[in-house]
Amino acid sequence: MTSAPTYNFAYLDEQTKRMIRRALLKAVAIPGYQVPFASREMPMPFGWGTGGVQVTASVLGKDDVLKVIDQGADDTTNAVSIRRFFEKTAGVETTTRTQDATVIQTRHRIPETKLSDGQILVYQVPIPEPLRFLEPREVETRRLHALEDYGLMHVKLYEDIACHGHIATTYAYPVKVDGRYVMDPSPTPKFDNPKMDNCAALQLFGAGREKRIYALPPYTRVVSLDFEDHPFEPTRFTDKCSICGAEDSYLDEVITDDHGGRMFVCSDTDYCERRLGEQTSEAAQ
Amino acid sequence: MNGTGSIDERPLLVAESVSKYYGARVGCRDVSLDIHEGEVVAVVGESGSGKSTLLSVLSTQLPPTAGCVTYRMRDGVARDLFTLGEAERRFLLRTDWGFVHQDARLGLRMGVSAGGNVGERLMAVGWRNYAAIRSEAEQWLGRVEIDNDRIDDKPTAFSGGMRQRLQIAKNMVTRPRLVFMDEPTGGLDVSVQARLLDLIRSFVSTYGLAAIIVTHDLAVARLLSHRTIVMRHGSVIETGLTDQVLDDPREPYTQLLVSSILQG
Repeated sequence: MTSAPTYNFAYLDEQTKRMIRRALLKAVAIPGYQVPFASREMPMPFGWGTGGVQVTASVLGKDDVLKVIDQGADDTTNAVSIRRFFEKTAGVETTTRTQDATVIQTRHRIPETKLSDGQILVYQVPIPEPLRFLEPREVETRRLHALEDYGLMHVKLYEDIACHGHIATTYAYPVKVDGRYVMDPSPTPKFDNPKMDNCAALQLFGAGREKRIYALPPYTRVVSLDFEDHPFEPTRFTDKCSICGAEDSYLDEVITDDHGGRMFVCSDTDYCERRLGEQTSEAAQ
Repeated sequence: MNGTGSIDERPLLVAESVSKYYGARVGCRDVSLDIHEGEVVAVVGESGSGKSTLLSVLSTQLPPTAGCVTYRMRDGVARDLFTLGEAERRFLLRTDWGFVHQDARLGLRMGVSAGGNVGERLMAVGWRNYAAIRSEAEQWLGRVEIDNDRIDDKPTAFSGGMRQRLQIAKNMVTRPRLVFMDEPTGGLDVSVQARLLDLIRSFVSTYGLAAIIVTHDLAVARLLSHRTIVMRHGSVIETGLTDQVLDDPREPYTQLLVSSILQG
């Protein structure tokens, strides 16, 4: 390692980390509020998790154990490269086991294993503004947030029902945080929305390109928006995981051949492996 | 619904010596007017005479340089509009007021269906029942003569006249007491104009609506309004009952304006 360039711990310099931590403190103090921060250029392109990486770098300590997932999986490109990035620049211990990790950086999923006190979940966020596609003006969206003027958000849901007969938004499903701010939960599937509510872990959201940070302190009330006669419903699957047989997890469809063959597997690889391990040890007994 | 029985004698909106300067240029100067419930006031004048500036100030979209505007709220208390908080002003704009733009694209969300456009105000004031919002939207579309099978179409698929009618439905859904209209018939052909004017006139009489209509079309003023205000170079030069102003104009400029209409 002596020949490698010497980075500060976790890549970012201490002043930058202080700046990001200040933004994080503010974000935690006002749950769901988007705090602007001076996003840095990272050695990866925007859209690859630059916001999440900066947040992780700022909260990471020497004793932390890091887990990185991309679409629930520990072994995809984005997850592997970010995990190696921090192995190299911070030298922290890494893991794929959800319950062993103290900091989990994620793109698109919340682990199936229930998170516990003391854990931090860092989201990579592409578009932090839930009103963005309804109101293109940033000045106006900020004003709408400030005045708690969220009728527009329901217009989107109304349109869904009018077009599809049900609320067809399946990811980035808007939530109301602590009865005040409407927040975009980043492109997580709505399957994961209920996990955000009253979660024991601290949830931090970083959007590098858009230069925004927001947060959910532990045990915050998070309510998915809906209509009285069209209540929020998390995605349900009729299939179960082909590998571990789980019926309660978020499933990915995998095409297996050129003849229409397919299977559904858990998107959370760690959850799947753990279940599989339990099953084989039970079988061995 | 028809408020004729309970109409308050006090004016709904009062503007006192309102001036608006854009730097050294005059938008409007020392304009005073009042409007009562159920009354339609037309503001006429040539382009650049300050009509639209006046409308923007009255509807709180622009702060005046001098003067004040008071409005009698639903609770009967008259309040200075520019001392209201922004949240209160916005609430007023989307409940007790309406604003019909000349260009429907400014007043409508072009990417949202007709039903969504009409329902937006309802959702903004807390309606959370899809079926109720939809049936209310259907009723209002019916009242502005838009067929119910167009409820899920976007305004981009509507003709100019339909867009204007949709805009009116969108504004009327919260039963406003005062509607601002900026050239509502601009750019429409004559038969479509006539239908729209008819519609506005019937809403005014059915719902006891007060309206301030900015127009350069004297025919619109004559058809819709009770009173007319003539503006030139940012100032009011003549006011009075519409028939009086149009049939017996006193000011030379008004005479010119009236005589320049093509006589049929």
